[in-house]
Amino acid sequence: MSAPTATWTPVCRLGDIEVEGGVAALVEGRAVAVFRTWADEVFALSNYDPFSRASVLSRGIVGSRTSGGEAVPYVASPMHKQAFDLRSGQCLDDATVGVPTYGTRVEDGVVLVGPERTTQRETGQEPGTEDE
Amino acid sequence: MAHQRKTLVVVGHGMVGHRFVQAAVERGLTETHDVVVVGQETRAAYDRVGLTSFFEVGAEALSLLPTGAYDDPRVRLLLGTEVLGINPEQRRVHFAEGDLEYDELVLATGAAPFVPPIAGTDLDGCFVYRTIEDLEAIRDAAAGARVGAVVGGGLLGLEAANALAQLGLETHVVEMAPRLMAVQVDAVGGATLTRHVERLGLHVHCEAMTSAVTGEAGRVTGLELRDGEHVPAEVVVFSAGIRPRDALARAAGLDVAERGGVLVDEQCRTSDPHVWAIGECAAPAGRMYGLVAPGYAMAEVVVDALTGGPGTFTGADMSTKLKLLGVDVASFGDAFATTPGALELVFSDAVAGTYKKLVISEDGRTLLGGILVGDATAYGVLRPMVSSGIALPDNPEELILPAGRGGAELGLPDEAQVCSCNDVTKAQIVDHVAREDAPCDSPACVTRCSGAGSTCGSCKPVVKKIVEDWFAAQGREVDTSLCEHFAMTRAELFEVVAIHGYTRFDEIVAAHGTGRGCEVCKPAVASVLASQLNHHVLEGPQRTLQDTNDAYLANIQKNGTYGVMPRIAGGEITPEKLIVLGEVARDFGLYTKITGGQRIDLLGARVEQLPLIWRRLVDAGFESGHAYGKSLRTVKSCVGSTWCRYGVQDSTSLAIMLEERYRGLRSPHKLKSGVSGCARECAEARSKDFGIIATEKGWNLYVGGNGGASPVHARLLAGDLDTETLVRYIDRYLMYYVRTADRLQRTAPWIESLEGGLDRLREVVVDDALGLGTELEAAMARHVDTYFDEWAATLDDPDKLARFVSFVNAPDVPDPQISFTTTRDQVQPAEVDGPVSLGATIPVGAPR
Repeated sequence: MSAPTATWTPVCRLGDIEVEGGVAALVEGRAVAVFRTWADEVFALSNYDPFSRASVLSRGIVGSRTSGGEAVPYVASPMHKQAFDLRSGQCLDDATVGVPTYGTRVEDGVVLVGPERTTQRETGQEPGTEDE
Repeated sequence: MAHQRKTLVVVGHGMVGHRFVQAAVERGLTETHDVVVVGQETRAAYDRVGLTSFFEVGAEALSLLPTGAYDDPRVRLLLGTEVLGINPEQRRVHFAEGDLEYDELVLATGAAPFVPPIAGTDLDGCFVYRTIEDLEAIRDAAAGARVGAVVGGGLLGLEAANALAQLGLETHVVEMAPRLMAVQVDAVGGATLTRHVERLGLHVHCEAMTSAVTGEAGRVTGLELRDGEHVPAEVVVFSAGIRPRDALARAAGLDVAERGGVLVDEQCRTSDPHVWAIGECAAPAGRMYGLVAPGYAMAEVVVDALTGGPGTFTGADMSTKLKLLGVDVASFGDAFATTPGALELVFSDAVAGTYKKLVISEDGRTLLGGILVGDATAYGVLRPMVSSGIALPDNPEELILPAGRGGAELGLPDEAQVCSCNDVTKAQIVDHVAREDAPCDSPACVTRCSGAGSTCGSCKPVVKKIVEDWFAAQGREVDTSLCEHFAMTRAELFEVVAIHGYTRFDEIVAAHGTGRGCEVCKPAVASVLASQLNHHVLEGPQRTLQDTNDAYLANIQKNGTYGVMPRIAGGEITPEKLIVLGEVARDFGLYTKITGGQRIDLLGARVEQLPLIWRRLVDAGFESGHAYGKSLRTVKSCVGSTWCRYGVQDSTSLAIMLEERYRGLRSPHKLKSGVSGCARECAEARSKDFGIIATEKGWNLYVGGNGGASPVHARLLAGDLDTETLVRYIDRYLMYYVRTADRLQRTAPWIESLEGGLDRLREVVVDDALGLGTELEAAMARHVDTYFDEWAATLDDPDKLARFVSFVNAPDVPDPQISFTTTRDQVQPAEVDGPVSLGATIPVGAPR
């Protein structure tokens, strides 16, 4: 196993996630919320909601919000409705808050979750795309 | 010298006394003064202007101080307390229990009804019309009577006649003057009004002097008129004017006006510099004012004077608008054209029963006053035109012509006084919506915050217009859009879905919205679809639309666990079922608590435990209680006539029937109900969206109540109903609410938002004014017929059950984030900071 080849965990079939829905998955001991959008893109965020301090984001409503002329896909926390950008983990209601994101890919109908991508968020790399 | 707090005594706790105290608190007078308010009645101040509505809404709804005390601890309210005398030299107020020293004294003792000095006024069955107790006595007397008479055909006399007619009496009005409401309207207006009143079945006797009250065996039998006519009556109400209650001032040697009333200067100061008089007991410049608005103005003036301000009272707008027996009457400004050179512009339609007169200045440029009978819609715009003196349009007749613009589009100047009861100008209304800090977002909010429209309500349409115009001018129309995806209200969305027969969010957002929706519009659409289709909320694509709690058919708690609440209809439960609840809670380690809705909450269930818990509950005969839904929660009840020695109806059986009828109905917000078996109201039905209280004859239906942050008492929609009629009205009421309310709008603000409020709701529900009755009942019948238990249906469907797991790839691993502590022998969520991980060594399952 070469160094950049991170661990990718198969978590479920794409069909197990409803369109504009989410599931919680256990990835290397951590709770990860995996979402599927209307366009069948798959995103993964930490399941932990930093506002309510509960592991619940996978149970939120997936929506879109127009910001800077583009439709931002997000999940609204089921607890108090704070919105998190599915691509970056950035909270759309509080610029100082964000949640970790994870790489995702779909192979043969199986959804895989990769390593945490906090640094990519900072470097502006397009999230939600396959790692490397 | 040390600062010493002063004592301010207010004698009288009517509307004006109450307003004075409010103003004193608001404007900081209580920083320097302790305020003692003395009220003779045992009730705190109540809305005497709306006195007649007591029969409909009860005493509590009229109260201006429902808690019976002021929030400011420096204000002490002594009710049921008589002031025996005042001594201005020693600055003392005498009570039976002793004296109270004051620094400043405010007399707000109001007025007393005038009873003419004729024989027989002390007979049983003779009343005045001033207090809630008077009305209670009139109601009791009317119960066994057939005919009533009111002496006095003025504003108050017609109010009283209205009340007698409402109580089912054949009613006579006896007026000394040649016409009704002689102070407010002229001869033609009076004739128009008389025709209206007679058409409604009342008997009007004008130019009729009552010479005696006749009686037999101590009970009144009628009125004898000077011309010899005898008007039969078993109930007689004297409402022939009022007299200032100035006895305390007279006895203390203060100056009084020739025609009564405590003489005061422009600051409302009496002949003693530390005694003030306000409201109906006062006579500024020798004249008394029998309306509430001038009283309020005097209260403000005295607070101003005591805080060193320059305010003065130099006369008041005596404009009046009222609706009696459905007839609008308004009189404003120089209604009788007494200004030299004044011109009259009259529109009269004897067929329609409308009479409108404008009094215009000699140069034709300004409006001086007017009279409106039969249709007073223009009042809201005309009256401020008088007080602000703005120029009339070129065609002033447009202001009163039936097809005219009604004047609503006329721009009022900023200084125009829109609400004369509370002295609120257009500029102040605009300020409430335009201000940076906590602006108002609706006309109703402006009314709450500014007071405009909160007393007589006649200016509400103008307030609404001003607010909407302001928003329009800002290019931000009062935004009723649900969210960025739907530029329509929930009610419009409901219509769209009904007309097109949509069953999926995708179709609706594609045809009528933009984008892909959000946490606002998705649950709203889900609720609308559920109301119309009554499908399972977790069916297919509906699932991802559901709000947090609906999505799991349980109530999420702070640590991500859920509360499970089975239905316990009416709060009635067998011992066997109680035992099951105990066993389930024990076996799953749940925290149990009795709720305010008479059921039992089981808290701390992990998402994967929910189906296991439901299985146990459903097998024992329980079903979902919909505690998680914007839907009917509970119908609370007392034990009623089956057990209670006071009960008059079987409230428990009715509550169970209603809860089972409306269970599962998805609505704009949660719905709560209660049924009380007698007037003691142990089920607290009047704090519910629909509450039912048993009477000897049937059921009273109250609507629009709620607890919570802004508690509202439900108001009477209809009384003495049999059970079938009651259910029909509730069916219509709930379905009308489901169709037309905004998202997350409880029934109280919804009723307030209807044009015409509760009266309008009554027209729709009771009189079926929209002809919707059958349709609304049919919609409810569909709901009742298609009801099913969501928990049982979920247990029967593997697709729905698949989501009730901790982790999609590790369904057997409990969420490590959730942990509990123990308090008082039960679990509680433990405080955990930061995400909790399992060791990476935990084996996780591969995808299927």
